[in-house]
Amino acid sequence: MSAKVITITSGKGGVGKTTLTANLSAALAGLGHKVTAIDADIGLRNLDVVMGLENRIVYDLVDVIEGRCRLRQAMIKDKRKPDLYLIPAAQTRDKMSVSPSDMILVCDQLREEMDYVIIDSPAGIERGFQNAIAPADQALVVTNPEISAVRDADRIIGLIESEEKGPALLIVNRLKPKMVARGDMLSVDDILEVLAVDLIGIIPEDESILISTNQGLPVTMAAVDGTMAGQAFTNVARRLSGEEVEFIDLTPKTGVMDRVREWLNGK
Amino acid sequence: MGWLSDLFGKKEASGSVAKQRLQMVLVQDRSDVTPGVMELIKDEIIEVLARHLSINPDEVIVKLTQTSRESRLVAEVPILSDRKSR
Repeated sequence: MSAKVITITSGKGGVGKTTLTANLSAALAGLGHKVTAIDADIGLRNLDVVMGLENRIVYDLVDVIEGRCRLRQAMIKDKRKPDLYLIPAAQTRDKMSVSPSDMILVCDQLREEMDYVIIDSPAGIERGFQNAIAPADQALVVTNPEISAVRDADRIIGLIESEEKGPALLIVNRLKPKMVARGDMLSVDDILEVLAVDLIGIIPEDESILISTNQGLPVTMAAVDGTMAGQAFTNVARRLSGEEVEFIDLTPKTGVMDRVREWLNGK
Repeated sequence: MGWLSDLFGKKEASGSVAKQRLQMVLVQDRSDVTPGVMELIKDEIIEVLARHLSINPDEVIVKLTQTSRESRLVAEVPILSDRKSR
């Protein structure tokens, strides 16, 4: 059994990498896989908080790399799923504390016991990204339907290719179908046309995400008939596991009241 | 009065504007060529070609295009037919 190491990256900050890492890890664990999530954003850790595990941190990734603890000691077991672990980032250090070869060593140790290792990359194209991409078998690029996010995604896709970790797979996050229908937002097709990569997920904007972060409970860990975003995240997990899953139909359904509202707004 | 402005010509939807701007910006980003450098390239191409061919500098178009993930510099240079010499 050898794990697949997947790095979640984007270039642009704030597009949803950490949220995706948390939800994807939980969804894969929910499908019965053994998963370890790693927060590679040294100095600005957030995966712990999004997963609701911030009070369980004793050791972190830098402690492992600098030999202050064994790998197992830094792996926080999430009690809500059978085989889900988190290795948090250090908060009082920075990206220079970790090197790409350190990351490869850590992931090599995890490969034997795990099915998946999901690495939450920091934003940017410097050392943090290089650390996160070094051990990857597959890169997932997260973007938003917004000009600067897609521009940065293009850059990161190019870097992934030059690191010989391509081809990347794309996730379009925070889509608002009504705005797309009105012509006020880039569509998924627009984005695929300019980036020319394969799509693995479309996640709609969903208020439940903020609520889930508030509570430290990823939406894919919540009830069975969950939210749209939760269903979309789970579908990404299923596709990664090799299942063919159709993309959720997000086209907005217009009712009579919507049409009346639009007419009133047009005046 | 949305319907009135619709009657007198719609402004282009912002999503479509975004897509066009994005395509332009990506072509420049990928080839690492700024608009300023494009102008220089165009002037120098005109200069070189004018030594060998009759061309109208005002009709020369030099642009960056992209298919999939590959960029190309394309120059369109109408060549003037030399009717006077016949």
